[in-house]
Amino acid sequence: MIRGKPDEDEYWNSSKFKAFTFDDEDDDFTRLKESKRAVNSIRSLVEEEDEEDDVEKVSWSGEPVGSISWSVKETASSIRSTGEVRDQSFPKINTAPSLPKNSSGYSLSSLFKGTTHDWTPEETVKRMQQGKVYSLEKFRSLQDKLLLLDEAVNAHDGNVITAVLIYLKKSLSKENLFRELITREIALRHYIHFLKEIEEQKLLLMQYRDHLNIRDENKRRDFLKSCLSLPFSPDDATHVQDHYTLLERQIIIEANDKQVESSGQADIFKKYPRKASILNMPIITTLYYSCFYHYGESDGTYSSPANIRKTFRISDKQFLLTCLGARAKLKAWFDVDALFTTKNWLGYTKKRSPIGFHRIVDILQKNNAPVQVLQEYVNLVEDAEQKISLAQKYKCHDVIINTYRDLKDRQQLIVYRGKVERGSSEYRKIEEILSNSVR
Amino acid sequence: MSAHLSYGRVNLNILREAARKELREFLDKCAGSKAIVWDEYLTGPFGLIAQYSLLKEHEVEKMFTLKGGRLPAADVKNIIFFVRPRLELMDIIAENVISEDKMHSPRDFHILFVPRRSMLCEQRLKEQGVLGSLINIDEYILDLIPYDGDLLSMESEGAFRECYLESDQTSLYHTAKGLMTLQALYGTIPQIFGKGECARHVANMMLRMKREFAGSQTQILPVFDSLLLLDRNIDLLTPLATQLTYEDNLRGLCRFVYGVLDLCYVKLPPEKFAAQKKQVEVGKDLPTEPKKMQLNSAEELYAEIRDKNFNAIGAALSKKAKIISAAFEERHNAKTVGEIKQFVSQLPHMQAARSSLANHTSIAELIKDITKRLLLILVDRGKWIFSLFLSHSDSASEAFFDNLTVEQEFMTGVDTDKVNTYIEDCIAQKDPLIKILRLVCMQSVCNNGLKQKILDYYKREILQTYGYEHMLTLNNLEKTGLLKPQTSTRNNYPTIRKTLKLWMEDANEQNPNDISYVYSGYAPLSIRLTQVLARPGWRSIEEVLKMLPGPHFEERQQLPAGLHKKRQQGENRTTLVFFLGGVTYAEIAALRFLSQMEDGGTEYIIATTKLINGTSWIKSLMDRPEAP
Repeated sequence: MIRGKPDEDEYWNSSKFKAFTFDDEDDDFTRLKESKRAVNSIRSLVEEEDEEDDVEKVSWSGEPVGSISWSVKETASSIRSTGEVRDQSFPKINTAPSLPKNSSGYSLSSLFKGTTHDWTPEETVKRMQQGKVYSLEKFRSLQDKLLLLDEAVNAHDGNVITAVLIYLKKSLSKENLFRELITREIALRHYIHFLKEIEEQKLLLMQYRDHLNIRDENKRRDFLKSCLSLPFSPDDATHVQDHYTLLERQIIIEANDKQVESSGQADIFKKYPRKASILNMPIITTLYYSCFYHYGESDGTYSSPANIRKTFRISDKQFLLTCLGARAKLKAWFDVDALFTTKNWLGYTKKRSPIGFHRIVDILQKNNAPVQVLQEYVNLVEDAEQKISLAQKYKCHDVIINTYRDLKDRQQLIVYRGKVERGSSEYRKIEEILSNSVR
Repeated sequence: MSAHLSYGRVNLNILREAARKELREFLDKCAGSKAIVWDEYLTGPFGLIAQYSLLKEHEVEKMFTLKGGRLPAADVKNIIFFVRPRLELMDIIAENVISEDKMHSPRDFHILFVPRRSMLCEQRLKEQGVLGSLINIDEYILDLIPYDGDLLSMESEGAFRECYLESDQTSLYHTAKGLMTLQALYGTIPQIFGKGECARHVANMMLRMKREFAGSQTQILPVFDSLLLLDRNIDLLTPLATQLTYEDNLRGLCRFVYGVLDLCYVKLPPEKFAAQKKQVEVGKDLPTEPKKMQLNSAEELYAEIRDKNFNAIGAALSKKAKIISAAFEERHNAKTVGEIKQFVSQLPHMQAARSSLANHTSIAELIKDITKRLLLILVDRGKWIFSLFLSHSDSASEAFFDNLTVEQEFMTGVDTDKVNTYIEDCIAQKDPLIKILRLVCMQSVCNNGLKQKILDYYKREILQTYGYEHMLTLNNLEKTGLLKPQTSTRNNYPTIRKTLKLWMEDANEQNPNDISYVYSGYAPLSIRLTQVLARPGWRSIEEVLKMLPGPHFEERQQLPAGLHKKRQQGENRTTLVFFLGGVTYAEIAALRFLSQMEDGGTEYIIATTKLINGTSWIKSLMDRPEAP
């Protein structure tokens, strides 16, 4: 992709960018070489010593020998062989060990045991942060509980906030808890995070997010459908709807094409077997697929490019680029031509594009379009300089010669004559122009 | 291994020693032989604190990586899990403990949570029925890890996401705790400045903690004169821009080629690693031992050049080469025995310098070469780019420059209120999503939000091309303010840019005279704020401060009598700058530049929740970056 070609010289020469050149000849690179030479010359002065001296020893994985990560691997691998053999010979013990005495002194069960201490909310939170024994059970009234919660939020320690929330969730009705949480944003977020972690309940986008865990496409589709009724923002609602519609269609197209492909009815599938299923692909990929395998179908079918374009409100540029990519890949140059051709009311045809023709040329070239096709589009590039540079890049002699002729640039024509093969048709053409033109 | 920590203005080795002491104490709590089971993420940060030898001295005989199933056999008395407080890790521990063969190997289990124990995790262990089998549950408070002589990091990857997306401010609590530890070791910091919501919270917590510990005042002469707390969200632009310092290039290269990077080391295959395409592809199977270079100030030359703009590297190395050559030439002038003796005594140092120079010269050459051929070490680092660009190598550097041009257009405020055709093109070509998100966010930030119509357009294009599920990611970006609709008609970014001189037309990369050299023209906003605070003070930019989110403030902490520092004539001030939510290497480079300025008057120590770059940062905000 070429951007801003005409400005290129200015671009490279302005001080801002100059230093970014990577030409071998550039200053910086020469300096590097110079520096290397200097290094080498010094080397010959002193006795060569072992490189290892200044380059520390590292294992192949790159960790310095003796570092922790290196040692983890080393000590582990030395016993791995015996360890794994044993692993197989003993069945796993699945039963949980009986719950013995609690020696950690900080477990949740000990937290909720009633104690006789009377700590203020502030003291309690401090004790919690310090990992000391404390009790939440004495906070009985709603007001006390909320004071405790506010104190925990003030401490900004998520760990303590969560512990208090666990207690409140246990001891308050859902309605009460939610009513209070609404006015306490931070606590609410922690609560949501907590619920998310323990997978009790999901909220909107979180719920939508769950579809990523569903492998079966039909179940996934049904799940997305169930999401449609959720009160998303209008924006998100559109996207979820589109997502559902897309998957619904992909399932239909996939089933159909799979069947057609295996029955061997359609040439296109024989010639270009499908490499992967279209399920769960983005819409643009789906459109590409449709332009590749279902071009020319009537608007009515789900799989036709026109229908997809309309349903998913695909922009003109995206549609053109995707379509062009697919048809060029198939070397369907006639279709490519038709993409750009518009007729005016007098019946004259003209080529138009929502994207600069230089980009069209790039795409065609990447798809190995023949010179005849390429030069037609090179010719449509408006900027003369850009046109010539593209033509030179892709060896469209005619375009170059004609442009110089139109510019009446004799000098350039003579220069160019030196570049083409002597006696070739291009050569003869230049000769002809030069001899016909009057100085 | 740690000498470089004590060379700086502030001896950070004290902090490291304190951390080692605590580690030893914990290990000694579990008497007898032991094996450590590592949460792999922690080995990097721990490597900055201790080597294996320290653990060995305390009877650690084996080390494993935490994974499901049965623990490997090891004839030890204790098994200690070193883990972050994460639920999924608790499930693995439970699996390990449950499948332990009680009859044959009665081993004691312990958990060391880093940096904090967590109620949720303990509850999970209880649900799994293993809480009772654990002898010791402890925490190892590793808040601030000394990363380099002037750099501390909490290595808390999720801090930005937690604070700005999930409103979980636990990392701020850890920050305040870490700063208290620092004050216990280096004395009370008399002045605290800050900008942003999170900064305010941290300062409040610090003041509160100080009141609570009022009895135990430290009698240490303050090392730091002031602390500056900065929210990442007051400067969202800087991390989005492509970084151009040597350090970032080098780290980018390694991440690019190997996909991993040790915290402070870089590994490079030997001599001819001058990246041939094939070799890059099969990089892993290289038969030879890779070179390892330490990436911190312990390496003298590296410390000198890492913060330079990549375009100035050639000149710097060449200058160095001349100096070394000249030094070697000195031997001809050494006539007397004394002179010869002196020359010989300097030889080892000169040889080390020579070899280091050789290494960096070949690295710099390599980076140039790869950049030329393979592009985009900087722009994006996804693996698949290789295959794509190997064949289109010419367009590679073109794409790189286009990307930089667009970034610079945004930063200078050119056409930020229109749909950008380059971004459109990149979407059409299905360039990596992270690259697109970076650019769109940058445009939004530089325009103080996008017009609703334009925002909708970008969103639709992204969802259509990359899949609807990325709705979740877009939603996250909107919540953090990286992407937003324009609410007022007034775009105040130009005012901020002009007042703070964020764009310098004549940035000099070779001989920088301003911090804007780090981005070839753009001066990071966060660092400008730091610079202005030192001189002439924030009062001069009140208006701009009000345009940035969150409050700005100044607090003073009382010093015990007799601890007031008497500054010598011409002595520099020392300021600790704490970036809440992450800092980039470019910002570090800019601060080091300010420290070194002759008439600067202030030296900076840098602390952060995490070292970030645009890619890692956006990735941390994505919903399931590796979704199937």
